[in-house]
Amino acid sequence: MGLELYLDLISQPCRAVYIFAKKNGIPFELRTVELLKGMMFPVFLGEQVPPETLASTLAELERCLQLLEDKFLKDQDFLAGPHISVADLVAITELMHPVSAGCQVFKSRPKLAAWRQRVETAVGKDLFQEAHAVVMKAKDLPPADSAIKEKLKPLVQVLLQ
Amino acid sequence: MGLELYLDLISQPCRAVYIFAKKNGIPFELRTVELLKGQHHSDAFAQVNPLKKVPALKDGDFTLAESVAILLYLCRKYEVPDHWYPQDLQARARVDEYLAWQHTALRNSCTRAMWQKMMFPVFLGEQVPPETLASTLAELERCLQLLEDKFLKDQDFLAGPHISVADLVAITELMHPVSAGCQVFKSRPKLAAWRQRVETAVGKDLFQEAHAVVMKAKDLPPADSAIKEKLKPLVQVLLQ
Repeated sequence: MGLELYLDLISQPCRAVYIFAKKNGIPFELRTVELLKGMMFPVFLGEQVPPETLASTLAELERCLQLLEDKFLKDQDFLAGPHISVADLVAITELMHPVSAGCQVFKSRPKLAAWRQRVETAVGKDLFQEAHAVVMKAKDLPPADSAIKEKLKPLVQVLLQ
Repeated sequence: MGLELYLDLISQPCRAVYIFAKKNGIPFELRTVELLKGQHHSDAFAQVNPLKKVPALKDGDFTLAESVAILLYLCRKYEVPDHWYPQDLQARARVDEYLAWQHTALRNSCTRAMWQKMMFPVFLGEQVPPETLASTLAELERCLQLLEDKFLKDQDFLAGPHISVADLVAITELMHPVSAGCQVFKSRPKLAAWRQRVETAVGKDLFQEAHAVVMKAKDLPPADSAIKEKLKPLVQVLLQ
């Protein structure tokens, strides 16, 4: 048995690994592991998140985006210099996560938007879209049944902190 | 100006970097940044690390943040003995795996345990709700079990038969709740035996030297209100 990658493309780090392996023509068996982590509380779990909690989370996201721009990207084409690296794959797949939930991550940040375009071009638009097909459809997931909600309870607690 | 390491030995990742540099005879200027005095927020330090955290490294004009990146930079630049970060593909992958996992797992729970159990009452004069502390200690237990079962297993060290940077990162984390009185090793003979091996490999004197500051943290005088004000954002994060 050769190389096996256990992935669920709803997960950001899984997308980074997927894109990297595919882009570099690394032969592997894809073993899909369904996390059932739709993790949009209103859509998937049918639960509202307190507005203050969401606001605080989005503020923290803003803070991290600012650090991403100021400390890491700066005036470079990519995060670690003039060429795409694994750092860019890890970062772009992360940012697509809030994008899938409707957060306008790139809208008010032209620097990051330009970097995103460069990363997508370097990866190849088809592969990028293929890797993100699952998460971009997460908002259309049918609501979870009670068995799933029960399974996801510990995760829910952690994510609501 | 040669290599400068910006450290506060109260911090776990700083201790790992300190032990590694000293053990390998890497020449450096120690620049102490006192976290409890808010020195990491100074404009001067922001020039070294805009993320305003320790450890940070300055090597000529090259600045670097993040303890794992710093440890690996030192490994490569100073060509330290192979076992610290082995060349072998899979042995190295084991070290990488530990270094990646620990950030949001053991590090998180060790920091919270130490602050909630000791620093809050002793230094900040604030009580932490018993349920919060209980929940934190339960999470610490869960991480310790994973450390034993997934990483250490029946090996002498975390990534195999020899000490690596993974062991330095882990041991300095575990000493954090130990400094707060958590009996991390008492009911875990496997981890206790591993600790002895790590201390012996590092050298007991260096190990104690690196941990002198944190082991005395319980005797810190209470913070004044100016410091408490500075530490407010941190406090909120640590109480979640």
